[in-house]
Amino acid sequence: MANRLQPVFPEQDTEHFWEGAKQGELRYQQCNACDTVVFTPRAHCTACGSDDLAWKVSAGAGEVYTYSVVRQNRSPAFADLGAYAVAYIDLDEGFRMMSGIVGVGDPTQEVRIGMRVQVEFEPQESGEYPIPVFRPV
Amino acid sequence: MAQEREAAIVGIHEWPKRVDRSVSALQIKARSIARALDDAGLSWGDVDGLYDAGEGAGGGGLGLAAYLGIKPRVIDTTSVGGTSYEFHAAHAMRDIAAGRCNVAVLSYGSKAATERIPIGTGGPRAAGGSWQANMENPYGSTLIANYAMVAHRHMHEYGTTTEQLAEISVATRAHAMRNPDAVQAMNDLQFADVREISVEDVLESRIVADPLHLLECCMVSDGGGALVIASKDVARGTKKKPVWLLGSGEATKYRENGGDITTSAAAQSGPEAFAQAGVTPDEIDVAMIYDSFTITVAVMLEDLGFCKKGEAGEYVSGGRMRWDHADGPALNTDGGGLSSNHPGMRGLFLLLESARQLRGESTSQVEGARLAVAHGNGGLLGGTHCGGTVIMAAD
Ligand SMILES: [Zn+2]
Repeated sequence: MANRLQPVFPEQDTEHFWEGAKQGELRYQQCNACDTVVFTPRAHCTACGSDDLAWKVSAGAGEVYTYSVVRQNRSPAFADLGAYAVAYIDLDEGFRMMSGIVGVGDPTQEVRIGMRVQVEFEPQESGEYPIPVFRPV
Repeated sequence: MAQEREAAIVGIHEWPKRVDRSVSALQIKARSIARALDDAGLSWGDVDGLYDAGEGAGGGGLGLAAYLGIKPRVIDTTSVGGTSYEFHAAHAMRDIAAGRCNVAVLSYGSKAATERIPIGTGGPRAAGGSWQANMENPYGSTLIANYAMVAHRHMHEYGTTTEQLAEISVATRAHAMRNPDAVQAMNDLQFADVREISVEDVLESRIVADPLHLLECCMVSDGGGALVIASKDVARGTKKKPVWLLGSGEATKYRENGGDITTSAAAQSGPEAFAQAGVTPDEIDVAMIYDSFTITVAVMLEDLGFCKKGEAGEYVSGGRMRWDHADGPALNTDGGGLSSNHPGMRGLFLLLESARQLRGESTSQVEGARLAVAHGNGGLLGGTHCGGTVIMAAD
């Protein structure tokens, strides 16, 4: 079982996002005043400053905007993973999130920019919050 | 636009050792300030402006003045990572022009090597409970991986190659081999090979985070230094030729939905600095650009206007960035963060080597150097970062 770092609370901006992860939902926000998609979560719209934001649930489909394969990380939480891919994912609803790519044999060869991916919620030995990661489709 | 010459760099000091167990970070700062003042022919009591990024235990606006034993009229504690010093120089230029102070000091000290701080590969140690840490720490993105993501996208969009990026490491190492302090640094830090390197050497070095190789990554050293900036009246009486501050720009950039990761804050700060200075990139003799990684330099050469977006790979090819190449500018002529000095926040050294070049004191002296640009980057190139640009001229 994966053993990634867990989010730490209380943290008012991201709490609702992570409650969603527990329920298998990838949540994001959209401004009711100007329709701007807001991510990462916060209490105000980054385009107009409004605090009237709606929480939405993403279909979890998107593509790899860019990525790197980490070959060396001295943090104990990642030391045992071997080479692993981190990426920025562009979700179809219009937000970009940092995440990890799973389900590839050799991440140095099998991850591509533009590759279509789908979210999944990876259970963690480290705690109660599953971590949203992406798998090629 | 006419060049305004209100403030100048009049004193400089770079701490020579990159592994130094005998001093603290604050001692590096204080002793460097004394030596920079001596370089200018000014004294401790002349200082009336203090600019500090807060690094070193007990530093910052509250601590450093007390430690030094000075009572400045201006205290500026802008802290924007590695480019804090370009911001400080910009603010000192403004404060001096406004008559708020006459003799400003900037200083930096770090023990990143002897304290074995894993700057590039440390990654998050514990999820932090901040809005950013909670969203990113679970993924184990190291600092190097963040820059590597910029490199991958640059390669994808523009066809940039590792062979091209490696030219930046090659030119910088050539400059380092001409700088005795840089050679000593590489020896003290136990570099495997202290010699000039080739593009092939870079390609054959191990990959730390795809697509960045070890020889595309800066060192982690101890070090520091200080810089004295003075008003034009003070500058006329100092020991060395003043190096005039002509223009500056400050900007920030961060991850945005749909944003372009291959463009940095330099795209905003650069044009502002060049406009204020009244000069253009093709007039620049020396480009001191924060070389945390090869890709950092490539992106910033484009954003500062030395070449078009996407063309840096071609631009740096054929040894163009070397100090003795016919076409300018010369890049990081002290050896850069890649091969001379990188204790974590390199911005001060960009100003120091610019000043050496414009005084005619560099170990890779560009003949007749008249104009230099220093561009620093603080934070993460592919995430939240700040960019500071400073344009300088010889007397
Ligand atoms: Zn809005």
